[in-house]
Amino acid sequence: MFVKAELICVAALCCLTNLALATPHIQNWQSASGAKVLFVENHDIPMLDVAVSVPAGSSFDAKSGVAGMTHHLLDKGAAGLSEDDISRGMADIGAQFGGSFDQDRASVSLRTLSSVAERNQALNIMAQALQQPAFPEAVLIREKVRLISALKEAETQPESIADKAFQKAVYGAHPYALPVSGEIVSVEKITLQDLRDFYAAHYNASRAVVAIMGDVTRAQAEAIAEQLTAQLPVSDGRIALPAVTMQIPAIEQRIAHPASQSHILIGAPGMSRSDPDYFPLYVGNYILGGGGFVSRLMNEVREKRGLAYSVYSYFMPLKQPGAFQIGLQTKKEQADEALKLVRNTLTEFIAQGPTEKELRAARQNLVGGFALRIDSNRKILDYLSVIGFYDLPLTYLDDFTARVERVTVAQIRDAFSRHIHPQAMATVIVGAPEAQAENAGGKNQ
Amino acid sequence: MRIYLFFVAMLLASGQHIAQAEVFERTLANGLKVIVKEDHRAPVVVQQIWYRAGSMDERTGKTGIAHVLEHLMFKGTRKVPAGEFSRQIAAAGGRENAFTSYDYTAYFQQLHKSRLPLAMKLEADRMHNLNLSAGEFAKEVRVVMEERRMRTDDQPQALLQEKMMAVAYQEHPYQNPVIGWMSDLESLDVTDAAAWYRQWYAPNNATLVIAGDVKASEVFALAQRHYGGIARRVLPPRRNFTEPVQLGIKRMVVKAPAELPQLVMSYHTPVLQQPEQDWQPYALEILAGVLDGNESARLNKHLVREQQVASSVGVGYDSASRGPSLFTLQATPSTGKTAGDAETALRQEIALLIKEGVSAEELKRVKAQVMAGEVYKLDSVFYQAMQIGQMESIGLGHKSLPVMLEKLQAVTAEQVREVAQAYLKDDNLTVAVLDPQPLSGKSSHKVEGAVHVR
Repeated sequence: MFVKAELICVAALCCLTNLALATPHIQNWQSASGAKVLFVENHDIPMLDVAVSVPAGSSFDAKSGVAGMTHHLLDKGAAGLSEDDISRGMADIGAQFGGSFDQDRASVSLRTLSSVAERNQALNIMAQALQQPAFPEAVLIREKVRLISALKEAETQPESIADKAFQKAVYGAHPYALPVSGEIVSVEKITLQDLRDFYAAHYNASRAVVAIMGDVTRAQAEAIAEQLTAQLPVSDGRIALPAVTMQIPAIEQRIAHPASQSHILIGAPGMSRSDPDYFPLYVGNYILGGGGFVSRLMNEVREKRGLAYSVYSYFMPLKQPGAFQIGLQTKKEQADEALKLVRNTLTEFIAQGPTEKELRAARQNLVGGFALRIDSNRKILDYLSVIGFYDLPLTYLDDFTARVERVTVAQIRDAFSRHIHPQAMATVIVGAPEAQAENAGGKNQ
Repeated sequence: MRIYLFFVAMLLASGQHIAQAEVFERTLANGLKVIVKEDHRAPVVVQQIWYRAGSMDERTGKTGIAHVLEHLMFKGTRKVPAGEFSRQIAAAGGRENAFTSYDYTAYFQQLHKSRLPLAMKLEADRMHNLNLSAGEFAKEVRVVMEERRMRTDDQPQALLQEKMMAVAYQEHPYQNPVIGWMSDLESLDVTDAAAWYRQWYAPNNATLVIAGDVKASEVFALAQRHYGGIARRVLPPRRNFTEPVQLGIKRMVVKAPAELPQLVMSYHTPVLQQPEQDWQPYALEILAGVLDGNESARLNKHLVREQQVASSVGVGYDSASRGPSLFTLQATPSTGKTAGDAETALRQEIALLIKEGVSAEELKRVKAQVMAGEVYKLDSVFYQAMQIGQMESIGLGHKSLPVMLEKLQAVTAEQVREVAQAYLKDDNLTVAVLDPQPLSGKSSHKVEGAVHVR
């Protein structure tokens, strides 16, 4: 029976590989303003998605929280518009105005109907928010208070406590250790001048990536890219970050918390977006803890023993090596058992690598499921932003399945053994089992 | 503005037509309703099977069994060993999961269109061949307990919500959490799971929704082949609940480790019974939009931006469900403000709205958002299938969707004011407050606990 099942799978893989999958045709140019533009023209739905990204994430913070606050205030007053004018102007036409923010990247995104009146109104407001933010003082004062209260709340919740301690343990003095939205003590000190300076230094057309997806023509897309970036401040030179220290000492931090579960995070600096080992690590991680219900961690921790609801591992690919992280939650009484199991699973995976059978299953999933990655305008827009921002080849999507298929067991074992050292990782346990959590506040062991 | 109005009119005129042209349905001889939504933008398909059995169908002492069974549906059948369902879907490049709510339980797979037959074969198999063993049950119920700890017991806001529901509803089973009370999870066993499965997992209690790059005629043939042979069953009678009229305000406090207090105000409100005739549920939907539909909507503008009495606000109302509904206002008081301050501010907003009504502009804005949302939803095949499955499971049917859209557009400012006056009153109200406790307080007491995914 197993033999039969396997033959069917092999046959299925062959036919999947031969499927002519149409990847979106990406058009790429540099706008007169100097911004990099990626555009996919598609008229299936009468709507338009646009995202503008700049390298202005939290890792560029000199004062923790300034980068996030700058991004947060873009749509809270610009040119002659008040914050209410902006949100009302977008709501009137059913447009969705949002953004995202992480260590590397600050993005502003828009989804609007593509009909002329709606599109023009939405883009006009977006252009003003991006290029003429007013940073009103009263709004800054209010938003600082709101952010501080949210940060204080986060300091009481086990998941946030664990995340913060983990980033600190993995990145030490590197800016990737900074909490993305800021630290309470420094947020209190943010001034208007901080925001203006940060904006002028980081929101530059020459560093901007404009992703456009949907129901406009090439000529319209060119005009949109220009409209959204031509008035951005001009700045000189690149802003470099210090390098990440890849080797970290083994640290285990146990933090007391009254929650019923322990929140456990294990990890170390992992890989950058441009790492030549990207695909072996990506495919290998699918097998270890990325592949939903069929990963090794899921199988050992949940399926076989019922120790947790969620257990996972991932690489966070950033400009510089982002974290490799394993995470789970389990009731306190069994936290040490689960931790030991996870460590054994990882150690064994690093030492021996995956089996051929596991690799075959991973390839089948990643290749066979490729179509699901690009089945909506939203997903394609996100790929355009990532490809542009991280300087990936324009053929990234075209090459994806072939890159996955070329990965071998030996490459995975080799890549993991060079990147992940189970003996030198950070472990954070919040809501640690009572007996061992005496040194609350978390001293290193 | 004229272009905008024209656009809406066009959409309204064509909306119904398009929706009906693209959605096909057929009921198999065994009672399984099959609905196909064709969408040829990408070579993918989603299969969703919806069982009309949710936590509201559970009995006292057995809460959580609908959701536990959902987990057990991945534990193998006579033909497909435990774990093999997920392995085969993964090997086909698929993504899968399941979710349980008060009203229904649903399972789904997203795959390349060529793999639909595999997904159907597996899903049909577990509709009638599930293996339920005491060993797998014991293991999986522990996973569910961990899920409960993670999602509810250690989450102050979820805990507040759970306890608020238990107080707001006196009789209706919405008073019980979907995931179940911990004490019930501890006492359930495999015979409860088997009984639940036998009772509700039948083709005549299910809706199959297939959406994506498929041809309806081929899907019907495929569904007949895989599901057609499963015997229909006699379903137990549904219980009817009439939530007794609330006779005065209810107030409650929940203590949990947190920094900030929280305020929840929930009012009993009607839901859609006859989509063609009803008007109040539509007016309540628009009311929710006027209060909280965007950042410049009343609550955020007045309470967060101007008065700064709250650091965040929210409004919830769902007009479509099997049971009754609550219109819920939420607020996190600003630093230095209390839940009482936030309550006073929310009450002022309600009073103002009842006294002065809503402006034509506000109304138009909310409706514009609704119409744009109809366009945006075309970008998600999964969401479109969800909407169809939900409407079928609730009993309104997917054909109500275009009707509901039209009725929403027809709501008047006066109707919005009227429903606020009729329903947002103290006799209908439950007020729940989270009283934050310091972490060092070491309240290691055991605490008891919407939609839960597997």
